[in-house]
Amino acid sequence: MSFDLNLIAESLPLMLMGIGITFKLLIVSGFLGLILAICLLLMRISGRWFLNFPAQVYIYVFRGTPILVQIFIIYYGLPQFEAVRDSIFWPILREPTGCAILALTLNTGAYVSEILRGGVLGVSKGVLEAGSALGMSARQNFIYLTAPIATRLALPAYSNDVISLLKSTALASTITIADMTGIARTIVADTYAPYEIFISLAIVYMIFTFGIQKLFGVIERYLGRYMEREG
Amino acid sequence: MSTADAQPLIQMQGVNKFFGKFQALKNINLEVRKGERIVVCGPSGSGKSTMIRCINRLEEHNDGHIVIGGKELTDQIEDINAVRREVGMVFQSFNLFPHMTIVKNLMLAQQLVRKISKTKARETAMHYLERVKIPEQANKYPIALSGGQQQRVAIARALCMKPEIMLFDEPTSALDPEMINEVLEVMVDLAKEGMTMICVTHEMGFARSVADRVIFMDKGEIVEEAPPTEFFENPRSERTKNFLSQILSH
Repeated sequence: MSFDLNLIAESLPLMLMGIGITFKLLIVSGFLGLILAICLLLMRISGRWFLNFPAQVYIYVFRGTPILVQIFIIYYGLPQFEAVRDSIFWPILREPTGCAILALTLNTGAYVSEILRGGVLGVSKGVLEAGSALGMSARQNFIYLTAPIATRLALPAYSNDVISLLKSTALASTITIADMTGIARTIVADTYAPYEIFISLAIVYMIFTFGIQKLFGVIERYLGRYMEREG
Repeated sequence: MSTADAQPLIQMQGVNKFFGKFQALKNINLEVRKGERIVVCGPSGSGKSTMIRCINRLEEHNDGHIVIGGKELTDQIEDINAVRREVGMVFQSFNLFPHMTIVKNLMLAQQLVRKISKTKARETAMHYLERVKIPEQANKYPIALSGGQQQRVAIARALCMKPEIMLFDEPTSALDPEMINEVLEVMVDLAKEGMTMICVTHEMGFARSVADRVIFMDKGEIVEEAPPTEFFENPRSERTKNFLSQILSH
């Protein structure tokens, strides 16, 4: 089998036209997912069963089902309900992009909340006792001690989830979205050259992953500067 | 808090504390007046730390009464933080805030709890850093400091809140030998200035030179309570004698 470099040269610019969509999916659902994750985290550590329990059920459901199935349920399933079609969310849910963002948000929120919880559990009990002994309230302890320390502790695992989310955005192509993968599939359907196209697509994702890794490396060093003896 | 000097600053009456079925404190009765310096010693697991942790309610007692500066510690206590800011505490493992510079460690609670302005808080912080002789470390992170320096920072951090009482929970037990003295010196200075102190420690030289009373605890009980000369030269109970012979034999 021959490897058609010309075809790659021709299709790369086409695929890169999907970058905008891929990044939109990544950034919007990454951001909304983080907010959702923080809410779930606060419910999990609230010490109140009526907050903790629903959060646990939510996390179990969204970690327990494939993201592809979640996308299908939202895209094909929700419009069946008249209440959904009549709601203010319909303009979003009518669009495949809205459905993909919703599914990715709900999914990543579940994972990230557990990552953050790991960070919170990693904060030394002694540090919090020192805060209490100085007269700081539980809320002040959380905001000024737990949150910043836990953020640094959770960062490596969180960057892992962001990379994972980048690749999950490719699933959006299954519901007609023309992200990079969606465009690649169209080109493959036209050219019957899956090998060249998908390999170059894979390389594009790897380049973005490299960028995300570097970015988190910088953030990690910045937030972790207190962990280094010098400086 | 300083209104009633006649009344003890710390009063513990019939205090019991359980961890599950294990009784950590048995019928503790203790009174500490303003300006008194108390040293608490005893074997590990004897309840020393638990006792002082009950005083600022890091542990909740199960029975009995604890009254700090006229305020009783109960489940209903509305503002435990009002009591805690009058009671400074120094921990065995320093417990500095690792993500903040030394000076920020000293400023945080002043600003949040005492509502002191940033400038004033920084001034107070630098004042106490000078007192513990490490102002030059102000802008470093805790990890860059030695254990002895970290513990002095922890003492300064507690002092910034201008507490009425200082509790020390084995402040030198986690330190290398050559660093113990620099911490003890700071504590001796504090004692000389009339700070009310309860120190859990096995530094018997410190107990001899600054304590008004030495308390020996074993198995959750106060076994003996006496001025240092009497305590060291003439211990009454067998348990105290055994303990002293073990820690003073080398």
